[in-house]
Amino acid sequence: MVRNSVGRLIPETFAGKKLIPYSDPWSLQPHAERSTRAIRRITHNGSKLVGGLRDAIIASGLKDGMTISTHHSLRNGDYLLNELVKEIDALGIRDIKIASSSVHIVHAELIPYIRKGTITGFECGVNGLIAEQVSKGELDCPIIVRSHGGRARSLITGEVPVDVAFLAAPYCDEYGNFNGFYGPSACGSLGYALVDAQHAHKVVAVTDNLVPFPAVPVGIPQSVVDFVCQVPRLGDPKKIVSSTTKITTDPIGLQIAKYAAMVIEATGYVKDGFSFQTGTGGISLAVAEHVRNMMRRDKVKGSFGLGGITGYFVDMLEEGLFEALFDVQCFDLKAVQSIGRNQKHVEITAGTYANPFNCGATVNRLDCVILSATETDVNFNVNVNTESMGYLLHNTGGHCDAAAGAKVSIVVCPSIRGRLPMVRDEVTTISTPGETVGVIVTERGIAVNDNLPDLKAELIKRGAPVKDIRQLRDEIQAVTGVPKPIEFEDKVVALIEYRDGSIIDVIRQVKP
Amino acid sequence: MADYKLRRSLLYVPGNMPSMLQNIPLFQCDAVQIDLEDAVPLSEKDAARILVRRFLDNYKNRNKEILVRINGLDTKWALDDLKTVLPAIPDGIRLPKADSPEIVEHLDTMLTEYEEELGLQVGFFKILPSIETAEGVLNAPKTAKASTRLIGLAFGAEDYTATMEINRTKTGEELFNARMNVLWGAKAAGIQAIDSIFADVNDMESLRKETELIKKLGFTGKCMINPRQIDIIHDVFAPKQEEVDYALEVIEAIKRAREMGTGVISLKGKMIDRPVVVRAARVLNTARAHGMVDVVINEEDINGTE
Repeated sequence: MVRNSVGRLIPETFAGKKLIPYSDPWSLQPHAERSTRAIRRITHNGSKLVGGLRDAIIASGLKDGMTISTHHSLRNGDYLLNELVKEIDALGIRDIKIASSSVHIVHAELIPYIRKGTITGFECGVNGLIAEQVSKGELDCPIIVRSHGGRARSLITGEVPVDVAFLAAPYCDEYGNFNGFYGPSACGSLGYALVDAQHAHKVVAVTDNLVPFPAVPVGIPQSVVDFVCQVPRLGDPKKIVSSTTKITTDPIGLQIAKYAAMVIEATGYVKDGFSFQTGTGGISLAVAEHVRNMMRRDKVKGSFGLGGITGYFVDMLEEGLFEALFDVQCFDLKAVQSIGRNQKHVEITAGTYANPFNCGATVNRLDCVILSATETDVNFNVNVNTESMGYLLHNTGGHCDAAAGAKVSIVVCPSIRGRLPMVRDEVTTISTPGETVGVIVTERGIAVNDNLPDLKAELIKRGAPVKDIRQLRDEIQAVTGVPKPIEFEDKVVALIEYRDGSIIDVIRQVKP
Repeated sequence: MADYKLRRSLLYVPGNMPSMLQNIPLFQCDAVQIDLEDAVPLSEKDAARILVRRFLDNYKNRNKEILVRINGLDTKWALDDLKTVLPAIPDGIRLPKADSPEIVEHLDTMLTEYEEELGLQVGFFKILPSIETAEGVLNAPKTAKASTRLIGLAFGAEDYTATMEINRTKTGEELFNARMNVLWGAKAAGIQAIDSIFADVNDMESLRKETELIKKLGFTGKCMINPRQIDIIHDVFAPKQEEVDYALEVIEAIKRAREMGTGVISLKGKMIDRPVVVRAARVLNTARAHGMVDVVINEEDINGTE
């Protein structure tokens, strides 16, 4: 065990891999070449169709012990990963690792195949029941949680060699050109799949919407696709774009949004060239509404909106408030429709979005980002992975990537959830290190990190309710009391990998 | 001079909801009215009373005026309400169904007894009576002078329209006469006039229009049922920068006039005399409460010296 720089005890190895303890967000430098894969030469000009999913698995040469991936742009509407694992199991293939861009609640159907040994590990974040059971020790299956940028990095560097990528292709031709813009399973941007298409050893496009050649615009080109296969349905359209993208009506949420907007205004970045990222939560959208009004009022022409893109961002683009949207995933139907017709709404890869190991990710150009939190602490660390019982339940997403990239990262979080205080002495799990978090905004006040003294002074000058983070903690605890700490076993069941590949925290099995 | 305590926004908070009570310190309204009356179901009257007492006992650094709306004096709960909450020292009582001056006098007497018992100065607890029936409206001018504890008259349009057997509309024509009687009563007694709630929390545009209307008529504040309404109400009641600038010029002009030995002067072609000065003083005192100016306007500025 080694203690990393944020005080967490990290084992030397996990699931056979040697681990690097986290030290800081910036200094780890890669010393390697990009991953390689075999050059192929396909001379035929006919169809790459191999039949159904089972045929595609056989054609891909998938064998025991290999790693597969899918993309998560179909979110909780995804049928592909569950079907794929069923077919892999039926073929008698065992010991498969999953390195998808994310595993969602809908994939709890994989649990029997984990018990059977068909699936023996996750090289990616896992949401929902699988992760919960792993946390309880009911399932034995190592999980390495990676951020969006970190996952792209792990494929690009070859740390995670994906043997076969099975990529849901909502609009696809028989020679393998595809995009996510149209069809019954349209999901918009294929930002995550773009990485797999470039780096997996074999690439299978899986479609429920085969269209005559050529499928244009080409998102992922024929030149990187080995096989095409057809399935009746890729997913449930209602759940593909199901995120609740509505502004909150909760007065506490609105108060948090108002304070967050005060912070954004006080940064002074809301002027021509302003760049911004926000999520899909009700509070984030309420902040976006304030930002839109500020930009309208001051006649600001922003440079870009980034991230998972919602209809709110689309409206702002169409209103001329931003020059472009950079879209790694579409969160609602309006975003899907927009990316298919507006050239200023640009599909970007997860690598371009957030990989720390390239010549500059898009997050590096962000002025402000609004981020959520499950918990925060007095060192500005943020937990988005584990919930109040200590179970791993959520992925990191782009949280630590955007926090590290943006000039000012603003975490919005109610001060109390249920009966629990949300500013604590120490978060249960560190997902995003405090030194990359600029401001924590709750309905009880705004805490500014000491590394932003000018912003703090400006907010105080503007009469904003700025409080020391410890004062905020005390005020909240005066209402809630101090919760009893969660008790953990020694056994490490999952890793929280920082975006650069070092280990910032681990998930230990929760005591029953 | 009437007291210039700002009461633009008075938020109702149900007394039986711990999750809402705990948020009282957080909102930027001028006052809250913790409700033991209509918002609390009959089965929870006792529990709510105890909960409110506990909350107030623990709410040490009070950052807004706290009124408790007790049950009507004609109900069996009113006495227990007072007995339970007054030792936690709210600022005052919102008295429902204040149909006559006698009802206010009755509460006044009871409050005096509690003040003596609690060792407080007599007159500490304020009263904000609800004028919310036809009878209440008719008696409003007398009710307004029934006790020195009164901080204002509060018009209750929901109950009023019910007693009138009419519907409340968003434009509020049906409330006009009642509002005026409440206003005249309050102004004649030198106390504030507080308007009714606006029930549709999703219709911010109509809320704004109604608030603009009642401000124009002379109300100085409005009750609310949702914190989302605070910002619009404050926005409407905030003096406009032009009004503040003009008021400052008026005060300067009248000071100049007095130096010249007169009580009347012309400013940009308009005559400035005492009523104009009084209005300017009110604007500046409100502006000061909004943090827009630091000047303090006193009696001497308005009336001059003898």
